[in-house]
Amino acid sequence: MTETLPKANLGRPASNLPPLSLHIPEPRYRPGDTPDFGDIAIPAVDATPRPGEATKPDAMRDLCYGLVRVLDFDGQAKGPWDPKLTPDRLRAMLRYMMLVRAFDDRMFRAQRQGKTSFYMKSTGEEATSVASTMAIDRSDMCFPSYRQQGILIVRDYPLIQMMNQIYSNRGDHLLGRQLPIMYSAPEHGFFSISGNLATQYPQAVGWAMASASKGDSRIATVWCGEGSSAEGDFHSALTFATVYNAPVIFNVVNNQWAISSFSGFAGGERTTFAARAVGYGIAGLRVDGNDPLAVYAATQWAADRARTNNGPTLIEHFTYRAEGHSTSDDPSAYRAADEATAWPFGDPIARLAQHLETLGEWDGERQEALRKELDDLVKTTQKQSEKLGILGHGMHQPFETMFQDVFEEMPWHLKEQSKQMLAEQEAKFGPNWKPE
Amino acid sequence: MNMIEAINSAMDVMLGRDDKMVVMGEDVGFFGGVFRATAGLQKKHGKTRVFDTPINECGIIGVAVGMGAYGLRPVPEIQFADYIYPGLDQLVSEAARLRYRSAGDFICPMTVRTPFGGGIFGGQTHSQSPESIMTHICGVKTVIPSNPYDAKGLLIAAIEDNDPVVFLEPKRIYNGPFSGYYDRPVEPWSKHEASAVPEDYYRIELGKAATVRAGEALTILAYGTMVHVTKTIVEEMGVDAEIIDLRTLLPLDIEAIETSVKKTGRCLIIHEATRTSGFGAELAALVQERCFYHLEAPVERVTGFDTPYPHSLEWAYFPGPVRIATALTNILKD
Repeated sequence: MTETLPKANLGRPASNLPPLSLHIPEPRYRPGDTPDFGDIAIPAVDATPRPGEATKPDAMRDLCYGLVRVLDFDGQAKGPWDPKLTPDRLRAMLRYMMLVRAFDDRMFRAQRQGKTSFYMKSTGEEATSVASTMAIDRSDMCFPSYRQQGILIVRDYPLIQMMNQIYSNRGDHLLGRQLPIMYSAPEHGFFSISGNLATQYPQAVGWAMASASKGDSRIATVWCGEGSSAEGDFHSALTFATVYNAPVIFNVVNNQWAISSFSGFAGGERTTFAARAVGYGIAGLRVDGNDPLAVYAATQWAADRARTNNGPTLIEHFTYRAEGHSTSDDPSAYRAADEATAWPFGDPIARLAQHLETLGEWDGERQEALRKELDDLVKTTQKQSEKLGILGHGMHQPFETMFQDVFEEMPWHLKEQSKQMLAEQEAKFGPNWKPE
Repeated sequence: MNMIEAINSAMDVMLGRDDKMVVMGEDVGFFGGVFRATAGLQKKHGKTRVFDTPINECGIIGVAVGMGAYGLRPVPEIQFADYIYPGLDQLVSEAARLRYRSAGDFICPMTVRTPFGGGIFGGQTHSQSPESIMTHICGVKTVIPSNPYDAKGLLIAAIEDNDPVVFLEPKRIYNGPFSGYYDRPVEPWSKHEASAVPEDYYRIELGKAATVRAGEALTILAYGTMVHVTKTIVEEMGVDAEIIDLRTLLPLDIEAIETSVKKTGRCLIIHEATRTSGFGAELAALVQERCFYHLEAPVERVTGFDTPYPHSLEWAYFPGPVRIATALTNILKD
């Protein structure tokens, strides 16, 4: 009798080697635990050197593992990264961040009231979009992910248009085609948001390459979360950026959580996200994402670098998602209840306000007045927007818009389907139906 | 010109006419592409207009989307159609939908060129025909030329188009039309009328089929390599078939199909791609919907089999003379 072995056993024979084990990452704290982030290394504010913008990436590796900081926890701006902004500029930054928060709060409530399907807050992360957008030129192109409403706010995109998009109402510039918060605003340098993660990464590189090849002076900036830095597109983008020395800034917003998966599932247990830059020969910076001045300074550095043909930079914004992933998420089901308050880097808005106070340029009264002013602004705008309709209360777009823009010119098969749909509409609603 | 030269000429002409156009892909620059389709273009038009890329299809198509959004007109090459899959998300979810999702804010005027189809002993990863996957995407146009003259005119139209186009090049007929008999020599294109390709600009409108051969007995719908295989068998059998070369699968020239099938009353669909959910299924459904009362026989399909492309048995896989002859006999029997 001949012995037949299963194919799988034809390799290394069994031996007395110890059994291998598979590591499944696990976050440090789960519901019911008391979080303690005391062991996170927080370098002194003035401990991180600021290299020249033309420094070779391999000479600044430590910056991928450290933390660029400007504001200490007493509200003082210190060290080589201090961008030394004027009080007016600081107040503008504070105002933008507070407006993002007021907008988020009201739209979150609007979703809870059933006025729209979905919303995503950026609470605790406002600096990562507001401060970084303020540090680049108005003409630079932003390729956002879904939590960068701060870009539009900084670039004074009309709030009502954001709301119209969220409500998919008849004022929605995108004709009700996109999920709420997936804005598009080319005239504000804001690329159309995709629901597929990190797809904007190679696109930003392509835009930056195009700008460089045309001898333009504009650069591209792009954002993704630490979770989606695991996508292949992220790595494709970094490869192309380093190969062609593309003038692009990669922002990885490490807010610790990708829905319920902690950053360990994106590879964050063993290295920093900024350190991904090292393998590509790209400059990398890891910054305190809750420090608006550090975010501003790092972005300004990267923008100057890109604009002087010194190539791309990857910035990891080390921050914390203080709210759920979206209105469809319940973070209390997977993380410790008070993680956000235990996060050692505080709240970016409170930190900037404190800084302005230490400069004698701000006080609690003004803060409260501004908060109220912005709440009122958002509330008034919301009322105006809701006059144009809310999601699910009637259909707000002419039906035939469904078939427009699939192609520049409508081919016969879409014309036929459009005709069929209009006949269905007439059968259902009568010949005089108009969008509500 | 052969087909490669015609494709090269189309890009050359367009690079000269439109400074927004760029050609990019693996090996397309200095070397001129593994099939030589981009030979000489970098030297003539410069490194920033025609350049090599990393081996990264997701990056190639994704970067092209960004270039299109900037205002360029990228023409990326995917070295073999089989390798389009790593870049498919950028094509399906991004390029194809950009205009729609942004309500026209951003467009993606790219033409993805890629050689496809079998018959060159390319094995399972250099032989596939993914056209039905492309036509299933909303927002992408799919073009397949079958001769040098059409290839140049269609490629120019594709490059000028403001929508994303997938331009599938039947690599079996790059150098000459293929009879379907693998053991016969392939005649070079130079012996054929379609090799008379003007050096200058001309375009063939997308969405228009061509009648390769007029006839009364049945209508045969084909594209790419299969146009020539079909023509050979039809001529050998002396069948009075009307052969329609679809040229563009999306948008499809439904008028040409309908007119012909209503005239002949019979329809045979021939493609090299696998059968199940292949483009032939779409064509058969359309013919049935529009021409049912004119049909004198069931619509039939001749296709590749539902297996991966087998290396050594590729001629058994290929829908060649025997399979086509059997179908022709069958469809004409009553």
